[in-house]
Amino acid sequence: MSGLNVKRRKLLLAGMSGWLLQCLPVRLSAAENALIRSFYGDQTIVPSGITLKTPSLAENGNSVSLEVEAESPMTVMDYVTEIRLFAPQNPDPELALFRFGPGAGRARVSTRVRFANSQTITAVATMNDGRLHSGSSKTIITLAACVEPLL
Amino acid sequence: MSEAPESMTLKVRISLPESVAANDIVEVKTLVSHPMESGFRLNGMGEGIPRNILSRFFVTYRGEMIFETIFGPGVAANPYIAFSLRATESGEVRFLWEQQNGEVTEVVRQLAVL
Repeated sequence: MSGLNVKRRKLLLAGMSGWLLQCLPVRLSAAENALIRSFYGDQTIVPSGITLKTPSLAENGNSVSLEVEAESPMTVMDYVTEIRLFAPQNPDPELALFRFGPGAGRARVSTRVRFANSQTITAVATMNDGRLHSGSSKTIITLAACVEPLL
Repeated sequence: MSEAPESMTLKVRISLPESVAANDIVEVKTLVSHPMESGFRLNGMGEGIPRNILSRFFVTYRGEMIFETIFGPGVAANPYIAFSLRATESGEVRFLWEQQNGEVTEVVRQLAVL
């Protein structure tokens, strides 16, 4: 019985550590940072307030669902003007740019994108007063997009 | 005529409720038929397939800009875009898709706000 209990404890710990890893903020590499900095210079980017959801594992990079939302009251005084999506491992890392009017009510977009490779993608939101926020998400691709020849 | 640049009529599907309560935020879902050829792929002969993508998707509600997408080649074929809209008063929602050759497809829907 005691042997079983130890296993159970270990399993629980293993599960917990996975959960903890999920909660840790995604670290960006120097190259990923440089890409983002090429757009935003040395402006302060706060790494919070953005929810970026992509599957952690995708079988096919040709069509990966993506959802991004920036926290904002979306009033005329305080709203998100744009969200830019970066996929650093794609041949063209600029995935898309979304612009919003305050009348959108919510700065949220769902779409489907291509990933040439496993990568950490980042969304940067610009507020109407110029503040910047970012969020990242990591997706592992088992079969990449863009590389296969068209037959 | 066969030498004319290819013209594609976009097939568009929009999901927008006909009527909503005032101040409700509704999710508007759109789907448009387009290959979104990235320009990075090769054909069977090893030749590059030229880029052919949508450049822009623009939405106004009662004359005001609500949402816009500037596409990169990394948006998947047959782009699906869902975004939000806060209903204020009854009025027109205009959807406009622009292809890289400048061709424009426009769809207008009425939204009744109760």
